[in-house]
Amino acid sequence: MSVVKEGLLYSKSHEWVETLPDGTVKIGISDYAQDSLGDIVFVDMHPAGEEVEAEGALADVESVKAVSEIYSPVAGTIKETNEELIDAPEKLNEDCYGNWICVMENVGGLDDLLSPEAYSEYLTTLE
Amino acid sequence: MSQLIFERGTQGHRGVALPKLQVPAYTLKTKLRAEKPQLPSVSELEVVRHYTECSQRVKGVDHVFYPLGSCTMKYNPKVNEDAANLEGFTAIHPLAPEEDVQGCLEVVATLEKYLTQITGMDAFCFQPAAGAHGEFSGLMTIRNYLKRHHEDQRTVVFVPDSAHGTNPASAVMAGFTVRQIPSNAEGNVDVEALRAMADETTAALMLTNPNTLGLFEKDILEITKIIHDAGGLVYYDGANLNAIMGIARPGDMGFDVVHLNLHKTFSTPHGGGGPGSGPIGVKRHLIPYLPSPRIENGRIHEDCPESLGRMKMFYGNFGVMVRALTYVMILGKEGLRRTSQVAVLNARYLEHELSRNYDMAIDQPCMHEFVMTLKRQHHDLGVSAMDIAKGMIDRGIHPPTMYFPLIVEEALMVEPTETEPKAVLDEAVRVLSELLDLATSDPQALQACPTTTPVGRIDEVQAARHPILRWQKGNE
Repeated sequence: MSVVKEGLLYSKSHEWVETLPDGTVKIGISDYAQDSLGDIVFVDMHPAGEEVEAEGALADVESVKAVSEIYSPVAGTIKETNEELIDAPEKLNEDCYGNWICVMENVGGLDDLLSPEAYSEYLTTLE
Repeated sequence: MSQLIFERGTQGHRGVALPKLQVPAYTLKTKLRAEKPQLPSVSELEVVRHYTECSQRVKGVDHVFYPLGSCTMKYNPKVNEDAANLEGFTAIHPLAPEEDVQGCLEVVATLEKYLTQITGMDAFCFQPAAGAHGEFSGLMTIRNYLKRHHEDQRTVVFVPDSAHGTNPASAVMAGFTVRQIPSNAEGNVDVEALRAMADETTAALMLTNPNTLGLFEKDILEITKIIHDAGGLVYYDGANLNAIMGIARPGDMGFDVVHLNLHKTFSTPHGGGGPGSGPIGVKRHLIPYLPSPRIENGRIHEDCPESLGRMKMFYGNFGVMVRALTYVMILGKEGLRRTSQVAVLNARYLEHELSRNYDMAIDQPCMHEFVMTLKRQHHDLGVSAMDIAKGMIDRGIHPPTMYFPLIVEEALMVEPTETEPKAVLDEAVRVLSELLDLATSDPQALQACPTTTPVGRIDEVQAARHPILRWQKGNE
């Protein structure tokens, strides 16, 4: 059973969003996502400064099985990417809620995201 | 692991006996190399033993059943090699004048004629060296066509979510933006979703038919019409042509551009043993925009003003064309149709037999290949598609394609091809059933496979995260 952390918002494409006090958001992938991907061996993130639409590509994640795109759960501008992942992509497997992919500013579309309860409910339909 | 060639040998051993020097020895004054090349000192016999040992480790279709889905690893008849080794084909030079290579040009023209008949297209270009190169060349042809028709705003290429990974990659390389089309519950293109997406920015749709789930796109005429009505072109990935030769033609389905894989469907060597060949076929209105030079009427035409230009040196992998033509001429029209019929029959038989134990991704009779899912076993027993594949190696079968298409969890994609007899298929069913029993009774034993190979289960995560790509002396 996948872990869904409280205090975050989620998308149906299995990203989590944490709202920070200054109005920016942190984005990462959920436990369900990291488990489905399997062992992650490479992360290629879109650069800071890039404007991204909701559901636009945010990063490519390569696992032993396949290369998958991580979609942005919100619209906004990438403010910062997590450079630690370049050398240690396995952090997304080890602690998916403790390791973020990017911080976004000028964020729109938060209202379309799921609460932890709603996301957990959604996950049960996928089992 | 046995030794590499660089680790073998004894100082002073050599494979050749050079005649005594008959001119004064001369030492080059400039040193182009800082240190000695460290070539192995080995005798001819040591070299032969080394490479013979290497060759015995390889598993090809000449050794074992090789049901690698979507790759069409059919047997390559040896008569193809006889034809390709005829002196008239091997003793030519790529820069020879046209009048000296008329026979070779006739081979190209004849193969072009047959392939246009098989696919329903109007012309072929044989430059592309493999399937993905064919895709790229085909998309560049489309881009060239759009540009010359002042349709630069058409920048979007649609690719289904079940497509080969090369499709979106080729589209991006050709300068297009990729948009993914969802599949419906039956595994086919979601026609209404496509209709809603097609507009004045649509450049092309790329499709395989049968698709990667081994299903024939029944709505294909509607699909190609939607794209044509929007002003776009439709591209056929010929990866799965082996299912429909002599029965249905991409040209009749409305496709404008196709690529074929001579190394799949037309029985020429495949994979590391290549080279491959991925000729592209087009409808009449696209002929001027193909790569150049064009071969027509025994002439090599360099002067093609609207062509996108050259995609490869000379004119493709000619030796592969000779093999493919041999295959087509020996089988003929009826033989090619029978090939596809038996390829589908073999796949359906295997699917039917395996469905007693294995879950199929889609509950529909397949064409030339089918996809199983180990999702249930992964969930219940903790064994994966990878474990089953590794177990097959120990039991003398090359694994099927794994984890593809991406829309199926724990996928195993099986394509037996027409060249396997029923006894081999029955043995595969027995092996796969046995592996599933093992998955239930002793999952650890399955997860330890393969145990009969020179190298056991490879740590793929470690290999991907920290690859060592080059052997270094003293670091064995």
